[in-house]
Amino acid sequence: MKKLITTTIAAFVLSSAAYADTIKVGVIGPFSGPFALQGKNFKAGIDAYFALHGNTAGDDTIEVIYRDVPQPDPAQSKALAQELVVKEGVQYLAGFYFTPDATAATPILEQGNVPMVVMNAATSAIVTKSPYVVRTSFTTWQTSTPIAKVAKDAGVNKVISIVSDYGPGVDAENAFKAAFEKEGGEVVEAIRMPLSTNDFSPIMQRVKDSGAEAVFAFLPSGPTTLGFVKAFNQNGLKDAGIKLFAPGDLTQESDLPALGDQALGMQTTFHYAVSHDSPENKEFVAAAQKAIGNPAELSFPAVGAFDGMHVIAKMIEATGGEQDAQKAVEAVKGLSWTSPRGPVTVDPESRHIMQNIYLREVTKADDGSYFNKEIQTFEKQGDPGLEAAK
Amino acid sequence: MQTVFSIAVDALAYGMVLFVISIGLSVTMGLMRVVNLAHGAFAMIGGYVASYAARDLGLGYAAAVLLAVAGTVLIAIPIERLLYRRVYGAPELTQVLMTIGITFCIIGIANFVFGPTLKTIPLPDTLRGSVDLGFRSIATHRIFAIICGLVVAAALWFLIEKTAFGIKLRAAVDNAAMAAALGVRTEIVYAVSFAVAIGLAALGGVVGAELLPVEPYYALRYMVTFLVVVSVGGAGSIPGALLACLLLGAIDTTGRYLAPEYGEFFFYLAVIVIVILFPRGLAGRFK
Repeated sequence: MKKLITTTIAAFVLSSAAYADTIKVGVIGPFSGPFALQGKNFKAGIDAYFALHGNTAGDDTIEVIYRDVPQPDPAQSKALAQELVVKEGVQYLAGFYFTPDATAATPILEQGNVPMVVMNAATSAIVTKSPYVVRTSFTTWQTSTPIAKVAKDAGVNKVISIVSDYGPGVDAENAFKAAFEKEGGEVVEAIRMPLSTNDFSPIMQRVKDSGAEAVFAFLPSGPTTLGFVKAFNQNGLKDAGIKLFAPGDLTQESDLPALGDQALGMQTTFHYAVSHDSPENKEFVAAAQKAIGNPAELSFPAVGAFDGMHVIAKMIEATGGEQDAQKAVEAVKGLSWTSPRGPVTVDPESRHIMQNIYLREVTKADDGSYFNKEIQTFEKQGDPGLEAAK
Repeated sequence: MQTVFSIAVDALAYGMVLFVISIGLSVTMGLMRVVNLAHGAFAMIGGYVASYAARDLGLGYAAAVLLAVAGTVLIAIPIERLLYRRVYGAPELTQVLMTIGITFCIIGIANFVFGPTLKTIPLPDTLRGSVDLGFRSIATHRIFAIICGLVVAAALWFLIEKTAFGIKLRAAVDNAAMAAALGVRTEIVYAVSFAVAIGLAALGGVVGAELLPVEPYYALRYMVTFLVVVSVGGAGSIPGALLACLLLGAIDTTGRYLAPEYGEFFFYLAVIVIVILFPRGLAGRFK
């Protein structure tokens, strides 16, 4: 009798995968706490995808289960990923705003036969941690490299680099230095400042003393960027003709209303601007703004999540709903589609997204609001960070 | 030489902003003996009220500042009556737990009501832009903050040391039972000083908003810095807090100029040294 029950259960469990109607996707991100805005954007992107394309892939229905990691916390991220795989039976892991959270969860992918779709975390190395990682966001190397050419084209030869002292900041510093020296420019000084810095006046004094013609800066979006840009203007650097170059983290759509006039004319490079002019993006923005509630809060993690859901839907179609991580990942290698940000391809080698990087300038719209206006396109950018690491 | 002057000016401005925000905490901790971890939350409420008044109601800056101080005090009165009054004289741990709880509640409410994005307080034209000092330019707003700090310091010192109310407050703090027996209405004295401390927090939140922008996590993000200022200065001492702010501002600013990669190393090194040498703070009172 006992054997019969066991076989019945076994048969049921085995067959359930093939007939499964509902495929569960576990999304880990910061849904509360200081970074809740980013988690909200994940959710808006996913909701927008379902609103536009429905929540089915092939014959299967997609169900998303959210788990909250409020701040970078690798241990918690790993524990939640495990719980999602073991207890909830998710077939896909997705989300991950912070690099350490994504890296911590990679060891369970092969064991659990689960692919991971990184919707934000932007350190190059994550895709090397497991063959089942696919990324639909960007890397700091990817967004920081083109600005070096922009700086050189603007006639700048000496640059001082100022970054926040943490992983992505160091990445940005290296990316810019490598690209700018390749263009024939010189980074005269590289400053790393603590993440908690809130008074930037002494840093601005360093800039003045360094004799650089321009500043390359990287800070995570949020309260510090406001202080940084203000300090740059108020300490007379802008008036002295010193230029400011940065990846798009400094002029995030969610920070622009606060930055306002201070940021006007600032040039940054990034993979996505909410203002991107394409029919796909208009559709996406309308759906995502509806999902997020307050239109002003929409920014880049939403597009990473939107495309992440697209990749997962393709994976589910390719495997017919069966749990087969390898087949799923193979199916999306080289996959190309038109994302709200423009044409994108999953690089078959690195499983990282290849995309256009745009040069944008902060511009005042007719209704008095500020937006990132795309003025130049760097097409089909891969991730130079992986090359550099080799 | 120009660089030295320049850093000195930055240090002064940063120190005074710290002073304006932290002094209210010094009053609650030193004079009322309440470890008020919700101080940052009240400063944040001040910032939100000012931002709302200036941006959404279109009031002028001065009106927004007054409304922020008055509004925050008004919000704080029921909190004082219902919650704080229970923990006067309670063990520190009880006070810490209750006030941190209040902080989390306020963070949640602010996040819900105003959203997670940054809120700015638009400055009037007179405070916008920079002033040329000859050897460098400095934001006009910083000068305003320095003046605010000096005025607050002078007014508080006068209130506590020179007025009848100050005498009652000091009496109530040193021995509440004895003061009450002599006819001092300690409840009122406490309520008024609490209101003053909250008003100062709100003022600090508004004046310091250019440096520490208002967002829901403001309440916790800068709390450590405020506590450090109070413990280094000596809780309850106005000159002590002023001295601590200027000293810490100078060390932090110089460190940030000379060796930014060391982060806040010099800041906390200085704190450790000062606390070892002066366990009750630079101007702490002896019990």
